Amino acid sequence: MSTQAENNYQNEWPLWEVFIRSKTGLDHKHAGSLHAADAQMAMENARDVYTRRMEGVSIWVVESKNIHASDPHESDSMYEPATDKIYRHPTFYDLPDELTHM
Amino acid sequence: MKELLKYTLQLADNALILGHRISEWCGHGPVLEQDIALTNTALDHLGQARSFYQYAAEQFNALPVSEKEHFFTSSAIQSIIKDGKQVDEDDLAYLRDGWDFRNTLLVEQPNKDWAYTIIRSFFYDVFNFFFYTELQKSTDVTLSAIAEKSLKEVTYHLRWSSEWVIRLGDGTDESAQRINEAIANRWQFTGELLTMSEAEKAVATSGIGVDLEKIKTLWKERVAAVFAEANLDVPANGWMHQGGKEGKHSEHLGYILAELQFVQRAYPNMQW
Repeated sequence: MSTQAENNYQNEWPLWEVFIRSKTGLDHKHAGSLHAADAQMAMENARDVYTRRMEGVSIWVVESKNIHASDPHESDSMYEPATDKIYRHPTFYDLPDELTHM
Repeated sequence: MKELLKYTLQLADNALILGHRISEWCGHGPVLEQDIALTNTALDHLGQARSFYQYAAEQFNALPVSEKEHFFTSSAIQSIIKDGKQVDEDDLAYLRDGWDFRNTLLVEQPNKDWAYTIIRSFFYDVFNFFFYTELQKSTDVTLSAIAEKSLKEVTYHLRWSSEWVIRLGDGTDESAQRINEAIANRWQFTGELLTMSEAEKAVATSGIGVDLEKIKTLWKERVAAVFAEANLDVPANGWMHQGGKEGKHSEHLGYILAELQFVQRAYPNMQW
């Protein structure tokens, strides 16, 4: 059954996720999402919506449908097992004082 | 020099009126992203207008009293001059009547729909891009500095409007039909952009202003290149409107000014 809402949804431009690298940042961070008809428009929309207050110097856009997310219902089996395995953290080493940024 | 003042006002008025027109989309954009894109662009134009108005006010205030009295005919600004006060950027924007505005007729044309808005911006952005590129070489340091700063903004405006022309022209049957209609109706305002007024001729000779003959071909080539990519035909040259640069405007400017100037006219010197 094709409802009005469904038609509206089909007529909408696809959703894109925007990642911005700030001037001082080393990596691109998720900034938000937006609608755009193609990658070029997504890039411009990202520039206009997410960098107008000097937030960034580099933009990545990716169509949201290309992102595969983990299932929140599987959180227990995915992440719980790591909680009691503190030996995986490299916190048991004695570091020389000269060593910084660790 | 009075010709330089007229020239500066022409640049300021173009920026203010186009910026105002584009700002009319604020809150009405077809999608949130384009609403923000247009608002950003409107503010770019407004920022450029402020730079030019500040420079124009500086020039105006330096004129001898006898020349000040005859430069504008708008009564609101005349009363400031009679009181012996200096004018500032806001006075120039808010207290002049339509006949003292020197913007081109293209920028005051109504938004009408998305296609009309895009084509007006596109025709102007192509002009503005090549214009500022040349104005950077002006022997007037203030004008060249404003041009250099503005060119970065205008480069993006041109990219944005060019892509929309291509998207509409090479899009659906309806988008192509609409952009063709907009081109057919707005083409007649493009001739004025590249036709030199007396003030423009005077400042071009002295190396201050841009010789529009230099950018005429560049404008035509760029428009033709984008139209080719958009599957659109460039109209034959035909008859072109003139007059805006000399203060002869279409009826639309009056409505723009009524909205833009109302608060300052009704509540003089009112501040937020």
